[in-house]
Amino acid sequence: MSATDAAKKIVRPYGDTTGDGMVQVSFTLPVSHDKRAEGAAVQLANKMGIDPAMVVHAKPMGDGFTFFVVYGRVNHLVDLNAVTVVERDFALLSAKDVNTVIKQRLRRKLSVVGACIGTDAHTVGIDAILNVKGIAGEKGLEYYRELKVTNMGAQVSVPELVETARAEKADAVLVSQVVTQRDAHLHNTREMSAAFREAMPAGRRPLLIVGGPRFDETMTDELGVDRIFGRGTTPGEVASYLVHALITQREAMA
Amino acid sequence: MTGKLDLDPVLVARARELARRAGQPVVDLARSHTTVSVERAVLRLAGVAGADPDGIPWVNRLVDAVAADVGLGHGVAVPVFDALAREGITDVTLLAQKAAAGSVRFTQPTGRAATAARTAARRAVGAGVRRIDRRRAERDRLIKRHGDPLQRPWIYLIVATGDIYEDIPQAQAAARAGADVIAVIRSTGQSLLDYVPEGATREGFAGTYATQENFRLMRAALDESSKEVGRYVRLTNYASGLCMPEMATLAGLERLDMMLNDSMYGILFRDINPVRTFVDQRFSRQVHARAGIIINTGEDNYLTTADAVDEAHTVTVSQLLNEFFAHEAGLADWQLGLGHAFEINPEVPESFRLELAHALLARELFPDAPLKWMPPTKHMTGDVFRGNLLDGFFNLAGALTGQSILLVGMMTEAVVTPWLSDRDIALQNVRYVLGAAGGLHEDFVPAPGGFIRRRANQVLGEALDLLGRIGEQTLLTAIAEGTFGIMKRPADRGKGLAGVAAHEADYCNPATDILEGDAA
Repeated sequence: MSATDAAKKIVRPYGDTTGDGMVQVSFTLPVSHDKRAEGAAVQLANKMGIDPAMVVHAKPMGDGFTFFVVYGRVNHLVDLNAVTVVERDFALLSAKDVNTVIKQRLRRKLSVVGACIGTDAHTVGIDAILNVKGIAGEKGLEYYRELKVTNMGAQVSVPELVETARAEKADAVLVSQVVTQRDAHLHNTREMSAAFREAMPAGRRPLLIVGGPRFDETMTDELGVDRIFGRGTTPGEVASYLVHALITQREAMA
Repeated sequence: MTGKLDLDPVLVARARELARRAGQPVVDLARSHTTVSVERAVLRLAGVAGADPDGIPWVNRLVDAVAADVGLGHGVAVPVFDALAREGITDVTLLAQKAAAGSVRFTQPTGRAATAARTAARRAVGAGVRRIDRRRAERDRLIKRHGDPLQRPWIYLIVATGDIYEDIPQAQAAARAGADVIAVIRSTGQSLLDYVPEGATREGFAGTYATQENFRLMRAALDESSKEVGRYVRLTNYASGLCMPEMATLAGLERLDMMLNDSMYGILFRDINPVRTFVDQRFSRQVHARAGIIINTGEDNYLTTADAVDEAHTVTVSQLLNEFFAHEAGLADWQLGLGHAFEINPEVPESFRLELAHALLARELFPDAPLKWMPPTKHMTGDVFRGNLLDGFFNLAGALTGQSILLVGMMTEAVVTPWLSDRDIALQNVRYVLGAAGGLHEDFVPAPGGFIRRRANQVLGEALDLLGRIGEQTLLTAIAEGTFGIMKRPADRGKGLAGVAAHEADYCNPATDILEGDAA
């Protein structure tokens, strides 16, 4: 926020004149197009705080749907002092930036080992994060030139995972758990973190990361892992976190 | 060749020859190996259907049982039909159930028993192939009755709710709104399942599971739509991943019309073993050839991972390889929906002229192939207004360069799964461009010596260089060393390798025999 922005406390949307409060919205209502439908669009806009509301475009779409574009003056005010944002505790980096930071500051490839452990055969999560294909338009970690990815796939035993992490000199271990029957995801994660604690001294242990749709992201201490990622996590977030935890943060502490 | 780019026919012929040289060793490999999925496809043609109570298909149980007793290298057809004769039963699915329960042992017979088993297997598999033939004839009849779309390119729209019963009304609405081809996106990760799920499914991850029953339900729904809209509405799914041969078979049996089927996508983007992929791919393409299915190749994927200008020639190389593998497997030019995409960064100067050069190069190199033109995804930012403009230019490039199948771009790409209104706005965009400029390809002849001709010839030159480099090693080495994209995929690594076996001297696959025999 710039200095001039900070001086302002209350703002309204800007159309072409300061304080005019003009906004543009578009939406679909599940009604056939007629006068009443346009009235319905105005009613919705009014309830959204847009008054007066102008329906500038209404178009029937298929059976029983109408698309509207509405312009109008919104009567809400924005109090800039009351804006609160939740900051991610690490910066989100592009793939290019991730590669650059690793190349310039780690000066070797960052080794990542991923697996689904226990009886869980659902590789959808780990594959979305690791496969080049990725998810939601983002490429997976394999796509990052400076990451060396070993994807062990499904039903990997904990000793196998520890052995592979050792052989690949893993900087980070990613474990995905989808199946949650009888809290299998929690048991498996605890077993995994205990095995790494037993097998390697604290300074040599890879970063332990688990992900899955049913994890509580605040349970890291209880499960003995460094980070938990929940539903909707993208490869870019994981890559950014790896850079943060393994490079940026360590440099800051050194 | 229509000659809008002044391509040197000697160079074009040389490019095809280099593609053949790079591809032939892979074909030889495919001809001398089999996979669990090829064998399961054979059993599906022979009539094995359904799944056990845990949802594992009987074809998987049966192939696993045969492989455990005699290995995979003889092919499963002879041991299975030999066991059927010894057990005195005729129902192959019943045999699979008995095998799963451990009450049948398999052997590789010799002499008269072997001959009898071969004959019986060929008869059963032949019946399956004839079912595919009947579905193809049925498609021809329906196209005759309802007609093809009036315009080119055909308009290709995607639905994907995860629930087949939600997909159906959406697909029907899309057909009414002008879609000529409906593609049902698969659930994320299905390509890595080493079995085909069974039955109608109502939940998937960002897509709907491809199952035989889902195929049947959607095809039946689009048959109704075809009657309603007065044109044959085509249905697309995916023959990719670990079950390529079975997907192709099920598509043939349920009269799907197009299948995504790329020669290298699974290797590069899903880390599937290269040998597994090439063996599976060849069989799946032979089935597609027989079923009259148009394949769609996946060159767009190269451009989403690499720079669309620097790596434009990798698209051409992949198209040439896909063409070689497709022809070798018996597909005709009209079945080659070779892919390419509008993925150049719009901030690059002359980006649209570059797009036109690349798109026209594909059109000129493959004049008889129904090219599939895919919309911008990488540079769609969430600015929906700019996205809609970019899609308009994408549509215009498609019209100018005579593309055949146009995958409709959504301005909300990378924002949400398309809303009803997003699809409507996207179709309006397509209709405007095709209505206003649909015939512009007739007038569009780039100037001799101009930017577009020079660029197209440059890309062809770079493709020749790359094909030359591949030819010096072999395609498998090139893939292993990361020549395509940035992924290194060695032939002895990757998913599904355990399901590959070299042919024994007495290998028997009645499906391949029929498909190759009739093609010759």
